[in-house]
Amino acid sequence: MTVLTEGSAKRRSGYALRPPASLTLICLFAALAGAALIALTVGAAGIPLARLPAALGLWGDAGAGPSLARDQLVLWSIRIPRIGAAAMIGALLAASGAIMQGLFRNPLADPALVGVSSGGALAAAAAIVFTDSQIGQNFRFMQHQLLPIAAFAGSLATTVILYSIASRSGRTSIAIFLLAGIAIAAIANAGIGLLVFIADDRQLRDITFWLLGSLSGATWPKLATLAPVLGCAAIACLSIARGLDVLVLGEAEAFHSGVDVERLKRISIVLVSAMTGVAVSVCGVVGFIGIVVPHLLRLVIGPAHRLLLPASMLLGAVLLVGADTLARTIVAPAEMPIGILTAAIGAPFFLAMLLRQRGLVSL
Amino acid sequence: MTVCRTLAVSAAAGCFLLGGVALAAGVTVHDARDRDVTIADPARIVSIGGAITEILYALGFEDRLVGVDSTSLYPAAAREKPDVGYMRQLSAEGVLGLNPSLVLAAQGSGPKETIDVLEAAKVPLVLVPDTFSEAGLLDKIKLVGHAMDADKRAECLTAAVSDDLTQLRELRAKVTKPVRVMFVMSLLNGRAMAAGKNTAANEIIALAGGINAIDGYEGYKPINDEAIVAAKPDVVLSIQRGKDSLDAEAVYVHPAFALTPAAANKAFISMEGLYLLGFGPRTAAAARDLSIKLYPALAPQAEKFKPAALTADCRK
Repeated sequence: MTVLTEGSAKRRSGYALRPPASLTLICLFAALAGAALIALTVGAAGIPLARLPAALGLWGDAGAGPSLARDQLVLWSIRIPRIGAAAMIGALLAASGAIMQGLFRNPLADPALVGVSSGGALAAAAAIVFTDSQIGQNFRFMQHQLLPIAAFAGSLATTVILYSIASRSGRTSIAIFLLAGIAIAAIANAGIGLLVFIADDRQLRDITFWLLGSLSGATWPKLATLAPVLGCAAIACLSIARGLDVLVLGEAEAFHSGVDVERLKRISIVLVSAMTGVAVSVCGVVGFIGIVVPHLLRLVIGPAHRLLLPASMLLGAVLLVGADTLARTIVAPAEMPIGILTAAIGAPFFLAMLLRQRGLVSL
Repeated sequence: MTVCRTLAVSAAAGCFLLGGVALAAGVTVHDARDRDVTIADPARIVSIGGAITEILYALGFEDRLVGVDSTSLYPAAAREKPDVGYMRQLSAEGVLGLNPSLVLAAQGSGPKETIDVLEAAKVPLVLVPDTFSEAGLLDKIKLVGHAMDADKRAECLTAAVSDDLTQLRELRAKVTKPVRVMFVMSLLNGRAMAAGKNTAANEIIALAGGINAIDGYEGYKPINDEAIVAAKPDVVLSIQRGKDSLDAEAVYVHPAFALTPAAANKAFISMEGLYLLGFGPRTAAAARDLSIKLYPALAPQAEKFKPAALTADCRK
């Protein structure tokens, strides 16, 4: 990502030379295309590269009989929706992280820190345990939708609670929001602990694997849910980018520069909870993308949100597509929970970037 | 006449006394922790694990049962015994509160802290090995019988079970084209958790004459969707969990299962959990039932096989 170009790159204290915005975005698009291509060619069902174009209906011998039909089905009903979901969720998670960090002026903020993911996870765990109970029988007609709906509702409810705690007479205190978020995350984790205690073996496995995240539930209908959310989020991100840039100076300064700070906070909070809620509802809890991606990009392209937000979406997509490709291939036929991979890869990388920034080690 | 009667009475009394002596001396069993446990008097038993409870009932010791765990669902009468909770979430006080003189617990009971406390409380605690195999099943019955100082009754039951397993083997030999079975523990939001090797599901599929479609890993794990397609299961097997069971439609419409022969043939089997996976005296019967569902052509022969363990009276 540290591509150096001649005239436009400027040297700023603490940061490396910055490539121009267009180049950054083009590189990230190319990386996403590359990651998607690799993801298309590997998998437990094993479709050799030579058969891929025909299976995709692009070129090559299409009359290969039953194995072609199977390849097509595997690609179109399993692999492609999954890659699409990984890309979209990566984009949503990374953008939520970037917005949260801008809003809280804190590079460590992410939706998990303020309990939005925990709230979603708690509701999902409750759905897992209580579908077996008497009360759960009333929801039997919607058993297949119950879990994503619960996860989304949990994330949203957490945000509403946080927002009402942090707001007083039209003003929202970001500090209170953050602190209350930490408290709510702790309460949600206690709730999850309680559910783990109540759960039997099978439920326990389901909860554990849910908390570690996985994209194996990705289907076309879920993509259809993700796509409009991502579209709206992308537009909203661009509309709040300037506001977030000015907010870095402080709330009062931002207000005097003509930014409607309260409106900015409201939009950001709703945006983050919607993005996180939808992501959690599809794939469970996937950590670290939201912290690592924007932070990493800020080191390379600087803090301006107009570029940071779209770049975060792209890099988040690249990373999650890559991580998911690993998750579904390294222990095949079983599947590694993706949360393990994002943490195992993301956290050391993040640490290395921090050390580099501090000049402690030369990388 | 009188002499005879006196003799008979004294003989009976002698037997009783001898029995009493044997009880006082106690029996020693070697358990899953690889240690010897001496049992002085198995008069008040807490049974942890559905299969152990089933065995105790089959051996006629239900009156000595003072508590069971929540997996002890069979026979129905067992559910009326005091319940000490889920076998992996035991509370030491809950168990000790029943004042047991013997705790028989399936391997894997816990948590470890509770087991440690029970051990420190000097209540004989036998962890019964849970090996999912024919030999493991027979050993389990023998061990429970021995712990109860009822080797004779256990012999009777193992003979019946062993006979059943032999008949099952004969039935299995008639299978010409084994079907590939995938056991699905849960299907959560599109994510399937399937049974690999070293599971009760794997063994019951083998006993029924099927092939586990998953041999790439051990235990119950989330399986990759594409691996489901590659495993080509002919049948999807699952367990009914009270009212919450995996339903056939959810399997057929799942994008991965939809590409398997199982969905094409609408082959979905759901059986009661403890019966199918419990590895107790009813296991041969469960395998026979599964076999009938897997191989309808074998049904007439399979139905002739009436598992002896279900009817054998080994209570004396």
